[in-house]
Amino acid sequence: MATRILYNLLQVLFIIAVAPLVEGVATKLKENLQSKRGPSIFQPYRDLWKLFHKDEIVSDYTSWIFRAAPYVAFAAPIFVALLIPVLTRYPLFFAFMGDMLGGGFILALGGFFATLAAVDTGNPYGPMGASRTRMVGFLAEPVFIVVFLTVSFVAGSTIPYIVQLRWVTPIANFFEPSHILLMSAFLMLILAEDGRIPVDSPSGAFELAMIERSKSLEYSGRGAALMKWAGAMKFLVLICIFLNVLVTPWGLAAGTQPIEVLVAIPLVLLKILGFVLILVYIESSLAKLRLFRITEFLGAAFVISVVAMITRLSEI
Amino acid sequence: MAVIFALDALTGAVFLLTTLGVVANRQVLASLQLFIAQSLLLTFSAILLGIATHSLHLFAVAAITVATKTVLIPWVLRHTVSSEVYRTREIDRVLNIPSSLLIAAALVVFAYAVANPMLSAVHTPFAKINLPLGIAAMLLGIFTVVVRREAVPQLLGLLALENGVFFAGVAIVPDLPVIAELAAAVDVPVVALVVGMLTRRIHVRLGTTSVGRLVALRED
Repeated sequence: MATRILYNLLQVLFIIAVAPLVEGVATKLKENLQSKRGPSIFQPYRDLWKLFHKDEIVSDYTSWIFRAAPYVAFAAPIFVALLIPVLTRYPLFFAFMGDMLGGGFILALGGFFATLAAVDTGNPYGPMGASRTRMVGFLAEPVFIVVFLTVSFVAGSTIPYIVQLRWVTPIANFFEPSHILLMSAFLMLILAEDGRIPVDSPSGAFELAMIERSKSLEYSGRGAALMKWAGAMKFLVLICIFLNVLVTPWGLAAGTQPIEVLVAIPLVLLKILGFVLILVYIESSLAKLRLFRITEFLGAAFVISVVAMITRLSEI
Repeated sequence: MAVIFALDALTGAVFLLTTLGVVANRQVLASLQLFIAQSLLLTFSAILLGIATHSLHLFAVAAITVATKTVLIPWVLRHTVSSEVYRTREIDRVLNIPSSLLIAAALVVFAYAVANPMLSAVHTPFAKINLPLGIAAMLLGIFTVVVRREAVPQLLGLLALENGVFFAGVAIVPDLPVIAELAAAVDVPVVALVVGMLTRRIHVRLGTTSVGRLVALRED
């Protein structure tokens, strides 16, 4: 019992500690691919350190929502990290609290507060970004629902620990068409949810073109640091769900020995590195879509997920 | 056997994805590349089925598909139609992309619904995968012809349809006479050549290959 609580906390610590690193590696690799040197992979940590030591300025016209939003956004991925398999193959102490839908709701709650906070400010770019995020969210929602529906239908459960076993026992299940289609639909979802190219440019500095990033423009100091960190953590949590539940459920700790859990850390990091490489390739080879083309992108994701469901329902 | 079945299912899934791509993407060149990918997947499926059923005919199908659809037809199309066409993007379509994708999804559902009763008449295990996906690709190919307005993507829709027929065919009739395959192998490039030449003439005369605009008959 005590070890399971401990591992669960370790899992949360892993998410908190590694999230800026993943972002740093992604930025560095992307710059390298464009023949630039790029910032150090530890740059996000330095940014966070700097922001935490700066003064925080809050506009007089904002309400408590603006002040609460960074904490809610920061807490949401932590709660999800308690539920999903990050390092271990077996459910940990808090995993009974919610299934994948629960995790989705918690992540959505963080996003909801960030949106409210963006509308709360007097900054015109905030509400604009907020409404755009909602637009992307509305389009992504049906895909999420169909993906979860299919996954839970395949595995007969919405508990991520049961789902991940279903894909690899026997290994032939891995090559099921519905699995491959679900993977591609979910990858497109991650790109949309995290504001990556082709939906949004994560490194863009032009407010009019921003979708995801303009929501936290008004934050400074600690609020900005928390929002930035929360964004990186949400991304990492999504990657963990994608890799550990849907795509490659290997390399996770199977036993309860401390050494097995510790060995799982570099293996999971390796998987994440592989994913980041693919992500960087996608981001570098595509152009950002115009705002109203996003419907096409997510429409394609929706059709792929529906086809995955059909192929599953017709039992091939 | 189970591995081959799984691999064939995977091939089928990606085959369907490429077909959806032919329906939905904007660039003419990307459509051509998706068609090549689709043909390669058809080849792969034929090889897998050939291994599973020990049928030499299917290897012949695979060889013919590679030779005609991934080499000959792209070459013909690239050389007959001017390269300006391949750089264009198709801006106006009959339907916008999200709604055409939704209709495409409905067509896939329909294909499965149609294929289900047929499956009871076919006694090869692979038909379960290939028949519905082949019918789906067939319907999507027809849909591409309906929904797109550029000449080259329309032709690619026609060829995707043909791929769909073969994709279903290799599973239902593993021992198709070679003469039928050879006929297809000759027929299809000729179709591509004729349509390519026609498109070239239209492009030279009108400066566009947007078939959607050619609605009025003019005599002079």
